[in-house]
Amino acid sequence: MTDAALAPPEARTLRSYVYDPKYRGIFFQVLALAIVVIFGWWIFHNTTENLARAGTASGFSFLNGRAGFDISTTLISYTNDSTYGRAIVVGFLNTLLVASLGIVTATIIGFLVGLGRLSRNWLIAKLCTVYVEIFRNIPVLLVIFFWYKGVLDTLPQVRDSIALPFSTFLNNRGLAFPKPIWGEGAVFVPIAFVLGIIAALAIAQWATKRQMATGQQFPIIWTGIGLVVGLPILAFLAAGAPLTFDPPIAGRFNMTGGARILPEFVALYLALSLYTASFIAEVIRAGIRGVAKGQTEASSALGLQPAMTTRLVVVPQALRIIIPPLTSQYLNLTKNSSLGVAVGFPELFSTTSTTLNQTGQAVEAIFIMLTVYLTISILTSLFMNWFNAKMALVER
Amino acid sequence: MSAKNVAFVRPQMLPAEPAPLSIRSVPGWIRANLLATPRDTILTALAIAFLLWVLPGMLEWLFFNAVWSGSDRSACTTIAQGGIQPDGWSGACWAFIGDRFQQFMFGRYPYDERWRPILVGIMFIALLVPILIPKLPRKGLNAILLFGALPIVAFFLLHGGFGLREVETPLWGGLMVTLILSFVGIAVSLPIGILLALGRRSNMPIIRTLCVGFIEIIRGVPLISVLFMANVMLPLFLPTGWTIDNFLRALVGVALFASAYMAEVIRGGLQAIPKGQFEGADSLGLSYWQKIRLIVMPQALKLVIPGIVNTFIGLFKDTSLVSIIGMFDLLGIVRLNFTDTTWITPVTPLTGLIFAGFIFWLFCFGMSRYSAFMERHLDTGHKR
Repeated sequence: MTDAALAPPEARTLRSYVYDPKYRGIFFQVLALAIVVIFGWWIFHNTTENLARAGTASGFSFLNGRAGFDISTTLISYTNDSTYGRAIVVGFLNTLLVASLGIVTATIIGFLVGLGRLSRNWLIAKLCTVYVEIFRNIPVLLVIFFWYKGVLDTLPQVRDSIALPFSTFLNNRGLAFPKPIWGEGAVFVPIAFVLGIIAALAIAQWATKRQMATGQQFPIIWTGIGLVVGLPILAFLAAGAPLTFDPPIAGRFNMTGGARILPEFVALYLALSLYTASFIAEVIRAGIRGVAKGQTEASSALGLQPAMTTRLVVVPQALRIIIPPLTSQYLNLTKNSSLGVAVGFPELFSTTSTTLNQTGQAVEAIFIMLTVYLTISILTSLFMNWFNAKMALVER
Repeated sequence: MSAKNVAFVRPQMLPAEPAPLSIRSVPGWIRANLLATPRDTILTALAIAFLLWVLPGMLEWLFFNAVWSGSDRSACTTIAQGGIQPDGWSGACWAFIGDRFQQFMFGRYPYDERWRPILVGIMFIALLVPILIPKLPRKGLNAILLFGALPIVAFFLLHGGFGLREVETPLWGGLMVTLILSFVGIAVSLPIGILLALGRRSNMPIIRTLCVGFIEIIRGVPLISVLFMANVMLPLFLPTGWTIDNFLRALVGVALFASAYMAEVIRGGLQAIPKGQFEGADSLGLSYWQKIRLIVMPQALKLVIPGIVNTFIGLFKDTSLVSIIGMFDLLGIVRLNFTDTTWITPVTPLTGLIFAGFIFWLFCFGMSRYSAFMERHLDTGHKR
């Protein structure tokens, strides 16, 4: 070894250590760690001192205290006598609700607009371009206010409600509609739904195996839809249709009875869907354009029809490009749902910050909020990484 | 090619014929682009129907029915609401924008001192335009003036000192605040983002872990929670007695948030640089920072210009969130006016939001067009 001849270990000077990348690396890392630790300790010290001065007790026992504030939209039972912990859970569920509905709608709109931009039809392509360029370049908060203050707020008051079919009313307090009341035996409907999904998955697996072995095809899609939709309907009818409706009645100042979708929810949901759809449209467009033209040409050379080319050749390859950016758009939508606080929709951020304002437990409340958002993000990206790895091209 | 004179082969090229009339004429274009297949025809009809349904009402509301002058709410309300318009009227109230334009630009900045933000704006444009035009020389000096000298001069001009009257940050507002937040966010997030991206790609485990942790935590939570944290937690983190300006808190939040996103964009560029470039720089005996500064970054940054500009656009739009933590940026000041009794009408909110949206749109669309131009300009034809 020439190294040993050049720098025998016993002859190393201080200078040679200073210029050795290995020791340098260790030195800088120790330095960085020391700075972070000292800075962290300084912050911790200041915080405890400030909290002690303000007389705030630390710990999570405040979660069991009585919340005392009302929440307009709740998926689980909640009154102002419930605990702070329950209020935060209610907010968390509302976040999940608006995020999941928003993701579905944004994906559908985004997919249509993205395909529209690629259309040979000049008018459709231009309309979709205009849509994308408008929504991509204005803040989502402004879109939320547009719906909330600009559109939904200008709807008539309760006594002048717009009456829609099926005893549904639209006014500036939201959309009131008959509330379904499930009777006895209704529990079989969701059970049948789950069974339908399981059966459809099993049949799909069997059909793929059979097609691989014999080449015979099986109408998987229609059977699947039939099972997933049909089984719950059969269960519903078999249980004797256990469903009645409680229609809303328009009063002078407010509606009584029925169920209501609040304008805050509608504004947030529409804004998130329309805004994110413009980004998803670009993701979809990039994905489809990323599939080499030779693939389409090769599949028509093999005699595949255009619809089959799209379904069997283009889409599977485009998905590979689409999935990673699509995931980050879904996460963006979920994180942007925290803007519901600006219009008073009680999602996670909103209920947590109300809790913070009432209890003064700043550190704990923010810790809970950040942990929940981080967990959602990490779980989603883990799932998407797994899905991505499954879809990835197997290369030599 | 050894071409022999064959009687049926033409020895010279013919001039190019114009495209057939069925393609270049207007009806031909319409047939090819609007009515190619029955499905296209139906789609075109639907699109035209949609435009006919939406456009006339929109134009009428925005322009023909709009109110262009007036000094209070009576100009934009119907007789039943206490104004001068006929009942059933609805239209944009541009008079409101005209009346409040100064406020939308400067917030509650004292009226007599507004020459100061205007002067800063002129200096900003005078330094920004030459840096954006690739042909102009002295980019280094220009950048030092724009990112080094201007912020200091602007701070003293806007905030006061040296004989100028002091204007506290709570009085700042409007488009001015939006622009300051975005400019500082952009100027801070790019260098920090580069350092974080280098740290994430470094082979020192502790530095890598610290950078990954910071980036992933910030990217995993909403901006509003980072701003909220900066607003609520920063005073707790500092020793008792230290106060920190609300404006500065928002700046810290925005800059931290943008840095994490910038780091990921730049990491994409770093990963696209072939290993040979790093090894080549090493074999030339360049030090780490020389290698990064002279070989890697110029290539990596050029590759991710669209991503960087997208992050800038995102940052510019995201500054509107500071209105939630009680600051009055452009959106915040427009919202503040919804409750102002001088101009409270059913059409004021929509008019104000459309105006604010248009301003945001202008800036973001401008940035994205400029990035497309830069991409073409820097394209050296070495596309991988």
